[in-house]
Amino acid sequence: MGLSVDIKKQVNGFLLDVSWEIGNELAVLFGYSGAGKTLTLKLIAGLMKPDRGLVESSGIVCFDSQRNIDLPPQMRCLGYVFQDLSLFPHMSVRENILYGAKGISKSEGKCRLAEFADKFHIQDIQDRMPAEISGGQKQRVAFARALFRRPAALLLDEPFSALDRPLRLEMQAFLKGVRRDFDVPVILVTHDPGEARALADRMIVYSDGKVMQTGKPSEIFDSPQTDEVKRLVGMGSS
Amino acid sequence: MRLSLQVAAVATIFVVVIGVAAAYLLARGNFRGKEALDVILTLPLVLPPTVTGYYLIIAFGRNGFIGKYIYDLTGWTIMFTWYAAVLASFVVALPLMIKTTRAAIESVDNNLIDASYTLGRSRFETAVRVILPLAKKGIVAGAVLSFARAMGEFGATLMIAGNLPGKTDTMPIAIYSLAAGGDWEQAGGMVILLTLMAGVFLYLANHYSKRVF
Repeated sequence: MGLSVDIKKQVNGFLLDVSWEIGNELAVLFGYSGAGKTLTLKLIAGLMKPDRGLVESSGIVCFDSQRNIDLPPQMRCLGYVFQDLSLFPHMSVRENILYGAKGISKSEGKCRLAEFADKFHIQDIQDRMPAEISGGQKQRVAFARALFRRPAALLLDEPFSALDRPLRLEMQAFLKGVRRDFDVPVILVTHDPGEARALADRMIVYSDGKVMQTGKPSEIFDSPQTDEVKRLVGMGSS
Repeated sequence: MRLSLQVAAVATIFVVVIGVAAAYLLARGNFRGKEALDVILTLPLVLPPTVTGYYLIIAFGRNGFIGKYIYDLTGWTIMFTWYAAVLASFVVALPLMIKTTRAAIESVDNNLIDASYTLGRSRFETAVRVILPLAKKGIVAGAVLSFARAMGEFGATLMIAGNLPGKTDTMPIAIYSLAAGGDWEQAGGMVILLTLMAGVFLYLANHYSKRVF
C-alpha cells in the first residue's frame, strides 16, 4: 500500500516538478496556494496528464511516460474529495453515495450503504438533497461517496478549509477515524500549519512547484531545513 | 392550425435529439473544425429564411446533391410535401436549441464532471447522469423556443414546401395568402392566435430557464 509520484508538468508558465513516495500513512501536501498541490492531486487522479514521469498506486502503474501508460481516471480507483465537495446537486444523499458504487452489485451496494450510513452518521438524511444538509453532513457524504468503492488511496483537496474552527476540529478527528477504519493511504492538501501538525504522519512541503522538505511534522516544525520552509510553517524570520 | 402543430412538433423532436447531441459535442468535444461547425449550424439563425430555403432546395430538391439520390432510388422527392415544412422548421429552429443547450452544458461545474470520473463513471454515464440532468433547464428552454420558432417558420418553408392548401399551408403561410387575398378578418384571427401562442411559449421558456435545483 502506498503511492509514488515523480512528475513534471508545465501549465501556463508554471512548472511543477516533484518526486515523493508515501506508504500506508496520512501524508499532508503543505504549502501556500499556487504551489502546485491541487495540480499534483489532479495529475495523480488522472484528471490532467503529466508531461513526463511516473505515478504508481499500490503497485499499479497509473502513469508512465516512458512506457506510454496512462490509465483513465475511471480505472485508477482513487477516492477524491474536492475542495467544494462536488456533491451532485440533483441527486439525494443516497443517490450521491450510490453513484460511487460502480462495479458493485445491487445487493452488495445496499449492504454497504447501510454500513456506510451507520459509520458516517448519515442514516437520517439519506433522502435529503445536498442543499438541505449542513456543512459537516456534506463533508461526511462526500467522504462516504469517495470511499464507497474502497479505493486504493484517498486524495483530499482542502476539504475542511471552508469550515469554522470547531467543525474543522471535529472533521479532523473524523478523518483520523476514517484512516483507521479504512486503512488506506491518504493525501491531504492543506495550507493550514495547525491542520498539518494535527493530522500528518508525514509532511511534504511544497513551494513554487517544488518539494522543499519532507519528514515527520516534528522534524519539519522543529528543524526546517531552509528559511523558505521556516517561513511556510509560520515561524518568522523571512 | 393542426398542420402547423404537427409540423412544429415533429420538427422539435428532431431538433431536440440532434440539437442536444450537437450541443454536447460543441460544448465538451475537442476536435478540428469545431467552431466552423458551430458557425454553419448557427447560420440559419441570421440568414434570411429565403437563403436557407435556397440551400435546402440545392441539397434536397429533385436535382439536389442529396435529393437526387433519394429521387433516383425511390422516385419520391421531399419538395412540396409537409415533410419539407418539417425540414425547413428543423433547420431554422436547430440553432436556437444548440445555442441554449451548449450554454447550459458549458455552465455545468467541471469539478462535478471530474468527480464523476474519479467515481469510475465513463464519459457516457457522466453525460447521461450528471451533465444532461444539470443542463435540463437549458434543454427544456431550448426545446420550447425551438417549437415556437418552428410554429412561426415562413420563408424557408415557402421556398421548399410551397403553399398547397391542406398540405403545406402552415399558419404563417395561410396568413400570407389570406392577407394577399384581402381576407383581413380571418388573417387577423390567426395572427392573434399565433401571437398568443408565441407569448405563452416565451413565458414557458423563461420560466424553465429560471428554475434551479
